[in-house]
Amino acid sequence: MSARAARGGFLTRVGAMIVKEFIQLRRDRVTFATMIMIPLLQLILFGYAINTTPRNLPTAVFTHENNEVSRAILAALRNTAFFAFVREVKSAEDAEHMIRSGEVLFFVEIPAGFERSLRRGETPQLLVAADATDPVGSANALAALAGVVNSALVRERFVDAPGSAAFEIVQHRRYNPAGTSQLNIVPGLLGTILTMTMLIFTALSVTREIERGTMESLLSMPIHPVEIMLGKITPYVLVGILQALLIMGAGMILFGVPLEGSAILLAVATLLFIVVNLSIGYTFSTLAQNQLQAVQMSFMFFLPSILLSGFMFPFSGMPLWAQWIGEGLPLTHYLRMVRGILLKGSGFSDLTTDAGALVVLMLVAMAIAVARFRQTLD
Amino acid sequence: MSTAAAPVLDPDVVIEVEGLSKSFGGHRVVDNLTMRVRRGQIYGFLGPNGSGKTTTIRMLCGLLTPDAGRGTCLGMDILTESRTIREHVGYMTQRFSLYQDLSVRENLEFVARLYGVPQPEAAASAALQRLGLEGRGKQLAGALSGGWKQRLALGACILPGPDLLLLDEPTAGVDPQARREFWEQIHDLAAEGLTVLVSTHYMDEAERCHEIAYIAYGKLLAQGTVQSVIAAAGLTTVTVEVKGEAGQEAGRIARDLARDLSQRAGVDMVAPFGTALHISGRDGAALEAALAPFRSDERLAFRADAPTLEDVFIDLMRRSKDELR
Repeated sequence: MSARAARGGFLTRVGAMIVKEFIQLRRDRVTFATMIMIPLLQLILFGYAINTTPRNLPTAVFTHENNEVSRAILAALRNTAFFAFVREVKSAEDAEHMIRSGEVLFFVEIPAGFERSLRRGETPQLLVAADATDPVGSANALAALAGVVNSALVRERFVDAPGSAAFEIVQHRRYNPAGTSQLNIVPGLLGTILTMTMLIFTALSVTREIERGTMESLLSMPIHPVEIMLGKITPYVLVGILQALLIMGAGMILFGVPLEGSAILLAVATLLFIVVNLSIGYTFSTLAQNQLQAVQMSFMFFLPSILLSGFMFPFSGMPLWAQWIGEGLPLTHYLRMVRGILLKGSGFSDLTTDAGALVVLMLVAMAIAVARFRQTLD
Repeated sequence: MSTAAAPVLDPDVVIEVEGLSKSFGGHRVVDNLTMRVRRGQIYGFLGPNGSGKTTTIRMLCGLLTPDAGRGTCLGMDILTESRTIREHVGYMTQRFSLYQDLSVRENLEFVARLYGVPQPEAAASAALQRLGLEGRGKQLAGALSGGWKQRLALGACILPGPDLLLLDEPTAGVDPQARREFWEQIHDLAAEGLTVLVSTHYMDEAERCHEIAYIAYGKLLAQGTVQSVIAAAGLTTVTVEVKGEAGQEAGRIARDLARDLSQRAGVDMVAPFGTALHISGRDGAALEAALAPFRSDERLAFRADAPTLEDVFIDLMRRSKDELR
């Protein structure tokens, strides 16, 4: 009888197995939901949010004179849809601050006497400064700039013929003059790698205990949930610091990534970011029923972090709704900070908004984690 | 027993609960449970699978919050002082719940540190010695055999020096030799003044306890010493043996007799033991009446017997099932 059962019934057993798996899958709602959500998310994100020719890049304008020519140039710039005017500034210092804090990516300066020089055929200069830490975002816009301004001036009959060099555009690629991608990617990788590892490590920590049955005896011992959380998070803070050092070291040696700003500020920002991710991972682990769910939740969070944080694609080139999602992701804020510190030499006063956002995200995650952590098995 | 007037204040009462209830998803797992355990006792907690033993133990150590009822554990309220209770209670879970990926010593040191034992390394060494695990300190806990795992789990429980041990089916899946050693250790601990509440479904283990409680369908059905529980059940038991027949034929006769008897009024339980039948009834006279027609059968030898704990428990379980219907 046993011989018969062993030899025959291969398909029967496979069939039974398939049925069992389906039943289990149906009962495991989170797994089921993520299986549907991940492809859906990818479709939506790649289809709509990702735009390699960015539009509406925030720009500040500083005009020394207000006349027909400057108005025509501004209107033309607006019409290209590459640029969005955030603000007209009154001084070059204001513009500098805005570009350093990441509020704008471009800064257009129309110097005094531009119109007069133009009419006299003196080829006056138009100054455009771009934040080129993100070379993809700035390159297209800069390339379009000259043509846009020229055709506008021709149309308004300030200049005779199209194509003739009636004026000169002086471009300043700030912070990354060569448009080197590595300079942008290394800080980005620092953020994404930390996000990935910190999330997964901690997301598994509590669920693993529950799955292996050790949580029951842990709970029966005199230890507080906050103690458990801190005890689980702290080792990974060290792991995170080690990772950050490795990535930064490699970035500096291999790609010559500069450190324009303060190393201490960078360390503080990185530490904050590590703790935020660990808190979020820990929150996942208190929500997940098992380790598989915990990993899936981490991925659900990781995917938008990569796509919507400005790591892969220019942040300002995304539609507004995608930018709002991005603002809720710690990686977005960390990338701004770390790019600022490394490439622009941003100081603390330039980064307070992003640092504040990280602190808020950390507190929210920790509060959820502690509230969700079950002190009993109820 | 002489302390009924002020139960909570009695230092000799370690566990004292009243009307404890707990439901999961509308199903009542523990129903109005009242029990009391005195210091230094080994209190056996018996009952079939799913009867609410584990749930009760978890409520005692604060892992579950009772829906109703009140009680104290070591003189502390189980509802409001569960955190303090945990410091004085050693709880050994049904499933091996030490870290499989930590070594034996690392596990013991971890426990020692959680309980704030001074000099955790020394405490772990002492525990290793006591457990006879000196040579295995570096071995991963997951690599130990079932018996050693159980020994280690008990060692971890008693390491912080608790006043009360809650052991949830500690000997499930452990060989007889290891079980016997385990029980010797439990008796040694009780002699030192430790109170032990141990759940099991082995009847021989029940008989090693000072007192037992039987729980089925979430209800406590009997409580007391083994003898008093058996006496209180009021069962009459008769053993019938089939004589003078070949094994197979004897077995057939016994089976037919069992089938016949179990239909009759007055017979509450028929259990075969080889070629003998163990027949019990709650009403002695009725049982006798049911057996009378078979008395003349020469192949059968009748003998008055004492009911075993198993008879009593199965009877209790059936009765409570009938009441539930």
